[in-house]
Amino acid sequence: MKQKTLLILGARSEVAQSIAELFGRNGFDVLLAARNADKLSSLVADLQIRTGGNFQSVEFDLLHTQGHLDFYNALPARPDVVVCVVGLLGNQQEAEQDYGHARLIIESNFSGVVSILHVVAADFEKRRAGHILAIGSVAGDRGRQSNYVYGAAKAGLATFLSGLRNRLHNSKVKVSTIKPGFIRTRMTEGMKLPPFITAEPIEVAKAVYMAYVDQKNVVYVLWPWRYIMLIIKSIPEFIFKKLKL
Amino acid sequence: MFVQEVYNWGRYPRQYAEVVPVRDLETLSEKLSSSQPWLARGMGRSYGDTALSSQILDMLPLKHFLRFDEQTGELEALAGATLDDVLKVFVPKGWFLPVTPGTKYVSLGGALAADVHGKNHHSEGSFSKHVRSFSLLTEKGELLEVSPENVDMFQSTAGGMGLTGIIVKLVLRLKPIETSYIRQESFKARNLDEIFALFEATQYATYSVAWINCLSQGQALGRSILMTGEHAFSDQVRGLKKTLLASHSNPKLVMPVDLPEVALNPFSIKAFNLLYYHKQIADKSTSIVHYDPFFYPLDSILHWNRMYGKRGFTQYQFVIPQEAGLPTMRSILQKIAQSGQGSFLAVLKAFGEQNDLISFPMKGYTLALDFAISDQLFPLLDRLDEMVLDAGGRLYLAKDVRMSADLFHKSYTRSAEWIEILKGLNPNCTFRSVQSDRLKITPW
Repeated sequence: MKQKTLLILGARSEVAQSIAELFGRNGFDVLLAARNADKLSSLVADLQIRTGGNFQSVEFDLLHTQGHLDFYNALPARPDVVVCVVGLLGNQQEAEQDYGHARLIIESNFSGVVSILHVVAADFEKRRAGHILAIGSVAGDRGRQSNYVYGAAKAGLATFLSGLRNRLHNSKVKVSTIKPGFIRTRMTEGMKLPPFITAEPIEVAKAVYMAYVDQKNVVYVLWPWRYIMLIIKSIPEFIFKKLKL
Repeated sequence: MFVQEVYNWGRYPRQYAEVVPVRDLETLSEKLSSSQPWLARGMGRSYGDTALSSQILDMLPLKHFLRFDEQTGELEALAGATLDDVLKVFVPKGWFLPVTPGTKYVSLGGALAADVHGKNHHSEGSFSKHVRSFSLLTEKGELLEVSPENVDMFQSTAGGMGLTGIIVKLVLRLKPIETSYIRQESFKARNLDEIFALFEATQYATYSVAWINCLSQGQALGRSILMTGEHAFSDQVRGLKKTLLASHSNPKLVMPVDLPEVALNPFSIKAFNLLYYHKQIADKSTSIVHYDPFFYPLDSILHWNRMYGKRGFTQYQFVIPQEAGLPTMRSILQKIAQSGQGSFLAVLKAFGEQNDLISFPMKGYTLALDFAISDQLFPLLDRLDEMVLDAGGRLYLAKDVRMSADLFHKSYTRSAEWIEILKGLNPNCTFRSVQSDRLKITPW
């Protein structure tokens, strides 16, 4: 049987590294795509030693959308599964004052992803196979003053993935949206996070892998989040707008 | 970068520090050029203030394995990788740590900086004896490759508590094993004479350690259990266990809250110790056990340090030379027994030859005892210090939280020589800790 290949977009994050390790252990060849891919050499060595699998880093710039088709065509192997872990939390206040920063958040979480996943989708559609999994965010479930630019970009991503899932259904291509809630990573370093609803990177990786195996559509990594967001979404807007969230 | 409360395993003392997670060498170089003091920190499993400073470089993100030679067992890894990591990955491949302390939640860099020892010190030496080389980032921003042949630099870093520079990566030689199990023998000793005789009789065992009841007095002074161990061969395990090379799993028990200090009165400690002693009925017993309970009995309870209450605790660990052996150990144990402040856990171990610059071990006997922090404690420990110093012994820097600068400089007989080397590598005192200031090692 042909070895399956996983492509990870945004391989520098801790979540991406846990995903790479888990898929590698389960027999996948893994392509790690990120900017400055040459700096991933110690990660590649580490993953190889840990799992005995095949890992390779490839140069990828999410924001350089004109290069996405060439990037995809030049990959050393056609991926069977693509996991998109790119994202930028950014700084809400800065985004309010500086459109440049707001745009960076939108491109890093949404428009850049639209570009690359459309390239992937076209290939998967033609091959009538494949699975796309993308990390969304509960922040996209409702806009809150503390991070609504990021939230809006993630909401856009969720809607995009839902449409993509609908479009690709007849081509037998799967699309999964993973919503982690809080994750203990460098993005949230120093924040006081409630432990029961904060996931470790390895838990997110397991959720991604299970979403792949079980062909899930939308997955909350930690189950309380589904209900927390259900409540948050059901608060009437005239009350919601007065809340400090 | 952010400010947070930092403390080590003894949860005493605590202080606020700026903590910088180190993800790449660029971060390190940038911080070092800031002309402020820094200290590299790993898992924080030292007990006192040796890994405390107002500005801390958190080395744990630098944790990749870089190279492994399946023929020789040589592993090159970044300093933030932990012993836990190494075991999980390499035990299934048939390799084990050459030396391990009583917890696996220690970083490789921390293990070298404290030059940790284990139950095989008498037979295989301390951690640094198995380090082929390491990379040291100095105050000037130079990355130096250091091997044991660079005697000054190697020996001042092994056990040097991070004061020579930052250990970025190291090459460790792992030990081949056929199984992940240990053939353990346990012996009862009714008193101190018996336990010393047992250490003598079992000196050819690879691993040996004794658990000692510090509250028994008179005829029973030094009542203990000695455990020896050998890595089990596959034919000794086959049929008994499902997998020959099974690594450990994550702990399932957690100490959820601080226990009240009353839980630690002499009666409850006595009950605990008795229970331990009577676990074993025969004078000698043999069993096949997994390496995890053999080497890391306390790792199975996450945050066990909370059982000493809110004020925290300290572990008093000293070594005395072999010549001083029995009589000194007897008077120290008597002193502790009389005080009624005895510890939950006391570990006695024979050390083999070692005569390095600043490393703790020396040929002789080491005893480690936990004490809850209390107002009566420090006067008792001051008395013990005198007895240790008189015997030509010293205290372990990785556990120490309160010895005097005077005791340090007298008992570590080559400290002056070490400090001269430190001045060369670390001229502006960039690397310093609360402990190094307390012991008047820094500043210069």
